[in-house]
Amino acid sequence: MPWITACSTDDIETEDLMRFDHAGRTFAIYRSPDDEFFCTDGHCTHERVHLADGLVMDYVVECPKHNGQFDYRTGEAVRAPVCVNLATFETRVEDGQVQILIP
Amino acid sequence: MARTNRDYALLGRDARLAEKIGLVSAAWYHTEIPRKVMKDLMQRGDNPAIRDTIILFATMIGSAAAGIWLWPSWWSAPFWAIYGVLYASAMDSRWHECGHGTAFRTRWLNDAVYQIACFCMLRNPVVWRWSHARHHTDTIIVGHDPEIIAMRPAVVARLILNFFGLFELWGNGKAMVQLIFGYMPATTRSFVPASEQPKAFRIARIWGLIYLGTAALALWLGSILPFMVIGLPILFGSWHMVMTGYMQHLGLAENVLDHRLNSRTVYINPISRFIYWNMNYHVEHHMFPMVPYHALPRLHALIKHDLPPAHPSILSAYAEIIPALARQFRNPDWFVKRQLPPTAKPYRPEFHGDLEPGQPTPGIGGYPFSHAAE
Repeated sequence: MPWITACSTDDIETEDLMRFDHAGRTFAIYRSPDDEFFCTDGHCTHERVHLADGLVMDYVVECPKHNGQFDYRTGEAVRAPVCVNLATFETRVEDGQVQILIP
Repeated sequence: MARTNRDYALLGRDARLAEKIGLVSAAWYHTEIPRKVMKDLMQRGDNPAIRDTIILFATMIGSAAAGIWLWPSWWSAPFWAIYGVLYASAMDSRWHECGHGTAFRTRWLNDAVYQIACFCMLRNPVVWRWSHARHHTDTIIVGHDPEIIAMRPAVVARLILNFFGLFELWGNGKAMVQLIFGYMPATTRSFVPASEQPKAFRIARIWGLIYLGTAALALWLGSILPFMVIGLPILFGSWHMVMTGYMQHLGLAENVLDHRLNSRTVYINPISRFIYWNMNYHVEHHMFPMVPYHALPRLHALIKHDLPPAHPSILSAYAEIIPALARQFRNPDWFVKRQLPPTAKPYRPEFHGDLEPGQPTPGIGGYPFSHAAE
């Protein structure tokens, strides 16, 4: 499986996220308060709403439509109305580029 | 009175049609706001809500104490009036904001106030969290939104009786008893996931015990006084919630994907804004539900160029609502189409069918594919 370059580290502010589309799929790339990078599926598991318009608070992302929350490090659903965990993907930073591993 | 061509049942004909023509879980219109600005608006904090909650609970405790002290004299009435509005109207807005999780930054504070507010309103915290999620997904989509207050044509007696909390108390009380016995109607199960249903039963049973305790105390005292503190305020304090709640969507369009067409923003007095926690900025709230109540005035200032003008007062809103409801008796398809300022992006007829009031049906029947879909 090849690593896919999603964005530059400077593209995302600390404690924020951005959308990344690749091969017909959509993802959310996060930059944590500790400047670590994470990647999850782009859509909320409750309804098909993109998380890129949501809010990152510490290690939680909140869906912009119904305020469901996930821990974006593990994908765990932590606040209703989300009940199903979010898929997560491995990330790494190479030469200032955020890369993700898509199975 | 004209008969409506709508089927408001949650599992009914229009629910299926709305799904077929793409009105369900659809993409809605949003005013464009730069991400940086939006991020700033969405920021959570504990301070505004802690301040407001201290004021609210202190006033509730003070007014209830004065009411109990002066009971059964009529001098206690003004204090019960204050307590009732806070118990059955201010708690509605706390239920709402804490249900969204936007009131406090600290999660347990949101959850604690949410549980207290749900108990006061006699709204099961599990059921109502999910019903409100649906209201935001499918706002005023016939057959999908469980929170449509006035179905067309409106039942006037019901609209009036709502001010006295009769249906709130009866409906929520009945639902609580059903949940105590482990029964959840199919319509409710349509929006509450199976994994969440046991929680709803458990909470209803805890509440049942609290109400039993209250009844035992009332019997022991030989007085309804305990119910003046718990339960009965719904009857004498719901009027403010109903007055502000009617302004949210009544008389506006159904089955559209633009909150500017189905929601109403109204400027109201500071006391009502405290009770209502700024939900008078209702278009803004529906467009961006992640913005906390205390940031809604700022959001309004930023996007009002793209919205129909806000009503300047509660009276102004009712001057629009009452004639619209009256007109819907003759023609249930009638609705108020609020004009946008020249600075706004226009409504999108491709998403809403024909938007001219009453010509033809601006409901599902107005969509060119609906008949084929049926």
